[in-house]
Parts: sequence; C-alpha cells; structure tokens
Amino acid sequence: MLSITDKNLLETISDFSYKPAASAYNIRKNGAGVERRSTEKVQIETKTDKPGIDIRILPGVKGETVFIPVIITETGVNDKVYNDFYIGDGADVTIIAGCGIHNSGCHESRHDGIHRFFIGRDAHVKYVEKHYGEGEGTGARVLNPVTEVHIGENSLCEMETVQIRGVDSTERRTDAFLDAGAKYQVTERLMTHGNQTARSDMKVELNGDGASAQIVSRSVAKDASAQVFNPVAVGNAACHAHIQCDSIIMDAAKIRSIPEIAANHPDANIIHEAAIGRINNEQLLKLMTFGMTEEEAEEVIIDGFLK
Amino acid sequence: MLELKHVGFRVPDEAGNKDLEIIEDVSLRVEDGKFLVITGPNGGGKSTLARLIMGIERPTAGSIIYNGTDITALSITERARLGIGYAFQQPPRFKGLTVRRLLSLAHGSELPEDECCQYLTRVGLCSMDYLNREVDASLSGGEVKRIEIASLMARDLGLAIYDEPEAGIDLWSFSMLVKSFKSIAASRNESVILISHQERIMQLADEIAVVAGGRIRKQGPKEEILPSLMGEFDRRCEMRGEK
Repeated sequence: MLSITDKNLLETISDFSYKPAASAYNIRKNGAGVERRSTEKVQIETKTDKPGIDIRILPGVKGETVFIPVIITETGVNDKVYNDFYIGDGADVTIIAGCGIHNSGCHESRHDGIHRFFIGRDAHVKYVEKHYGEGEGTGARVLNPVTEVHIGENSLCEMETVQIRGVDSTERRTDAFLDAGAKYQVTERLMTHGNQTARSDMKVELNGDGASAQIVSRSVAKDASAQVFNPVAVGNAACHAHIQCDSIIMDAAKIRSIPEIAANHPDANIIHEAAIGRINNEQLLKLMTFGMTEEEAEEVIIDGFLK
Repeated sequence: MLELKHVGFRVPDEAGNKDLEIIEDVSLRVEDGKFLVITGPNGGGKSTLARLIMGIERPTAGSIIYNGTDITALSITERARLGIGYAFQQPPRFKGLTVRRLLSLAHGSELPEDECCQYLTRVGLCSMDYLNREVDASLSGGEVKRIEIASLMARDLGLAIYDEPEAGIDLWSFSMLVKSFKSIAASRNESVILISHQERIMQLADEIAVVAGGRIRKQGPKEEILPSLMGEFDRRCEMRGEK
C-alpha cells in the first residue's frame, strides 16, 4: 500500500496521478518493486541475475507512456537498481522516471539507478527524470544515476533531467553512442543549496554520419554548494554537436565546468559554450521596477532560468 | 504630480573622489496627466535623470516629490509600488521567461491571452508569434525594445517613463508606436516622461525640456520649445554645410 508520503513523493517526481489509465508502470519503494503493470505493447519483467527490471517497448508502438518512479522513505536504505530499456524499431515512447527520497532519520539514504537504453532504428524516445529529496532527518540523501544510451540509425532520444531540491550529493554519469542520423538532445537542470555537491560527467560519441547531439545544462548554485560539469563530445563521423553550459552562481558557492570536445573526422562540427556568472544586475533592476523586492526578483529569474 | 527640486548627482571619479557631476541642479515639474518629452544630445544626462526618478540611482543633492510624498530615499521597489514605471533604454533579456510571463509580471497578475495580445499589438508586434517566445537572445534588439514598452503599458501607472522608445525600431513599428503614445497622451490617465529625439514624438508633448551637460537648458510648452529646437537644428546643419 502507498501512504500519503509515498503519493506526495510520486507526485513530485512523476506527476503520477495524471498517468493514463492504461499505461505500463513499475513503482519501486525502499529497494523493492511494489506495484507494476505491463501492457500488450510495453512489457516489464524482473531481472533474474540482479535487482532491476527489463522494459521492452515493441517495434512500431506509438504514443505510449511508461512510468518507473522510485521512492525511498526509510532511513539507511542503500538501493542499487539496474533497469534496461529495449526500444523497438519505429517506436514512439515517453518514459517518466525519477527518484524521491524522504529521509527523516539519521542514516544516509541512497539510490543508484543504472539505466541502459537500447534504441532501435527510426524510434523516438523521450525520457524525463526528476530527482527530489525531503525529510527533516540529518541523514544524507544521495542519488548517483548512471545512464548508458545506444541510439540507433535515425532515432531521436530526448532526455530531460531535473534536480531542484533536497539532494545532498549526486554524481551523474552519462554515456551516449550515436549511430548514423541519430539525434540526442539532453537538457539538464540542477539547483544545489546548503552544502550540497553535484557532479555530472557526460560523454557523447557520435559514431555515424549525420548524427547530432545537443546538450544543454542550466544550473544554479546557492549557499556553500559545489557543482562540477564535465561534458565530452567526440565526433567520429560527419556530425554536429553543441554543448551549452550556463550557470548562475550565488553566495559562497563554487562551480567548475570542464568541457572537452574532440573531432576524429574532418567533417565533425563540434561547439562548446560555457558561462558562469552572477544574476545580471539589470535583470534584477528591471523586475524591481515592476514592484518586486530584490529577493522576489531573484526567485523569478532563477525559476525562469531553470524552467 | 512629480517634482524634482534642485536635484544633483555626482559620482566618484577614477581616483575615488566625488567630483564628476552628471546632473546639476535640476528642477522640474510634471503635473498629473501631462506628457513631458525630454530631449537633448547623447551623454547629456537624460537617462540618468530617468534613473534618478525611478530610484535606480540616488541623487546626491536635492529632493524628489511624488504626489506630495518625498520619495528621495525610497527604493526602486517602493517607488514602483507607488505607481512609477520605467522602460529601459537597453532592456535586459531573460533566459526562460516568456513574453507572456514578463507582461504578467509587469501587470502584477496573470494576464489573459487577449489582453497580452492587445499590448503587443500596440507596439507593432504580431502577438500570436510572440506570446510564448522567450525574452532571450533569440529576439532582435528592436523586438526586445518593443516588449519592454508593452510591459510598461501593461502596468497600472501614475507616472510612466520611456527612455528613447524609438531606438532600434523600424519605421512601420515606429508609426504604430507614435499612435499608441498619442492615445496615452489623449487619455490623460497617467503622467508620461518620454526621452526622445524624434520630432513626431515631441509633437505629442505638452511640455518639452532640453537637457544637456547635466542641466536643463530650456523648458516650456511644446509650442514654444519645438520651433526653437527646429531652428537650432537648421542652424547647425547650415554651419556644417549640410543644408
């Protein structure tokens, strides 16, 4: 049974109550699967060799949405899960993932989601993931997602990851491999506060002609939090890649951006842009002339920036 | 009514001494519902004057009275809440903020789509194309400028200050803008201070003030000031052999 805390967490990370009645889903709580539904088009099965699930989306399936939220409500849980997604040729699917931790105790609660995506040809995958932490306890809330994405010919994979509040420590590792004509679009949004730390390492290999990648990272670091970004794009064919890292720094926070772009083909076209800076003073002034206080103006600017 | 009494504004020079005089002993009055155009050469102090009235800069001498209240020491936020608004000469851009959201923020509450569209139309923007666009680097300078003007029109103000609204705006949109200012002037709902170099805009004024070298050089009814300005312009052109 799901409690009110469970439902609130699910709501925050995945808008779960809005899921279409017939959607496939799998809810994992405190290290074990608690509810699941497979459908004709989307099959979810428990792995036999390690914790986790295999999600198979049949070829040609259109407009399906799959929910696979994870919640942790006990203190001291250390949950590692392996989820593999097999997306058939020509399929069009939205996957809503996410992890919410409610830690009211004094021990660390941690979830490491290891996701692998095997995307066929001519498919379209949209993956949305929200990370969120709450709870009055002193125990840390830790999330270390590892993602591996193989994008087949002429397929499009869109990934949106959001971590806005309450996660004390996060280390994200993403590796993507693109075949000819494949497109990979990543939007990463992150806010850290207090003494939180966040690190994101991402490597995108463009291995086929016509492959393209667009990586957009927007982050805000407040208080004494620290962030490190290390995006790497490697062009091994006639391809395009664009990495854009934009950060707002506040208070005593620290941000490092260590980009790497590499071309192993004369027609590889790879661009990197990075900027770290305070909130623009003119923006604050403009909003204050609307009658907002400086704090309200700051909030509006950050909200928009991370939207 | 807005009244500036002997307002001065000095800033420190590079050595840190307060001795660069940007505005010097400016006294000015804008009666309720009046339309004042401030004109004058670039770098003469027009924008600084506007920023002093909005509270973005604080005067180092004199006082500013608005509707009987001394607002000299009030913050930008407090002045805004009293009904003063300012359209920047070079408006900032906002990543992630849509035109509709910006207009709603200006208005103080969520604006219905049709109302947003009306404000955009008044500045010559085809509204449906713009409502959900972000006010970021994807917009041209002229577009951001017009959205800035629309955001001031979306507010309920006692005093609206427009800083060179015509700058960077194409000819067709300029006509639209003149029309909008004309209706603002005719409505007499709010007092307007408009910084401009355009004769067509000066024609809308009740009064014109000429600011140069940080001082008011001339001030009076349009009928009096405008012909002399035009005369001066002709004389300068003649001197340069351009006419």
